[in-house]
Amino acid sequence: MIAISLNTGLIIASIMFFTGLIGVMIRKNIMFMLISIEIMLNAAGLAFVFAGAQHGQADGQIMFLFILTTAAAEVAVGLALIIQFYQNLKRSIPMLPII
Amino acid sequence: MTILFYIAALIAIVASIMVVTRTNIIHALLYMVISLLATAVMFFLIGAPFIAAMEIIIYAGAIMVLFVFVVMMLNLGKQAVEQEKRWLSTEGWYFPSLLSLILLLEIGYLIVSGQTAPFNGRQIPPAEVGKELYSTYLIGVELAAILLMAGIIGAYHLARRKKYVVHRFLKTEGAEQ
Repeated sequence: MIAISLNTGLIIASIMFFTGLIGVMIRKNIMFMLISIEIMLNAAGLAFVFAGAQHGQADGQIMFLFILTTAAAEVAVGLALIIQFYQNLKRSIPMLPII
Repeated sequence: MTILFYIAALIAIVASIMVVTRTNIIHALLYMVISLLATAVMFFLIGAPFIAAMEIIIYAGAIMVLFVFVVMMLNLGKQAVEQEKRWLSTEGWYFPSLLSLILLLEIGYLIVSGQTAPFNGRQIPPAEVGKELYSTYLIGVELAAILLMAGIIGAYHLARRKKYVVHRFLKTEGAEQ
């Protein structure tokens, strides 16, 4: 079977999480910040599933399902805010450079 | 099997870095899809096939497509890419990246200095996940349902386009139809 230790999996998840964190800090575009938050949530779910696989329990996968739900709701509301923001500002500024 | 895992992890990390550094948002979204697919391969290899399927169907299939739809709706042109290139200046990302890398090194040291054990390799079937989900975590499922309901209502309310009614004498804003 697969010969990977939990530490390797957690290090992979941490590298992905900090990639997302750097993305949130260095980007000024709100769309890229949302995508970076998605990367961070995905990395957190990865760590949960790795820890669940370590103990052979299903709890880690269930936590990943909850993270998935949260990510879906967050993206829906965030994208609705972006659309509203863009449409309101486009009316006053024709060439909107923000998004 | 092990080398497949490492290749998938490398692809996931490289694709995440490409997402953070792109200037065109569609390219960033496509790299994000690649990263999610590589993560799904990792899930499958460590014995979580249900979660691998969920990752592809919901994350790569639904959430990323939602992003692509919104980008298409906003109809961004070349000036958005130019703006992004100007914003992604070098002096802007040195210092945050340095601080984050220090934190990453600390976490990596903490993880490596702990005890280590290989995965026990048991494949967790979807039936077990479902049984656990609807018995122990039933309250969590209901809370997730409430959260999704609030998300739907919030997204509908926020993204609704306000109608502008221009009368002959008075202009009213926000009249809804």
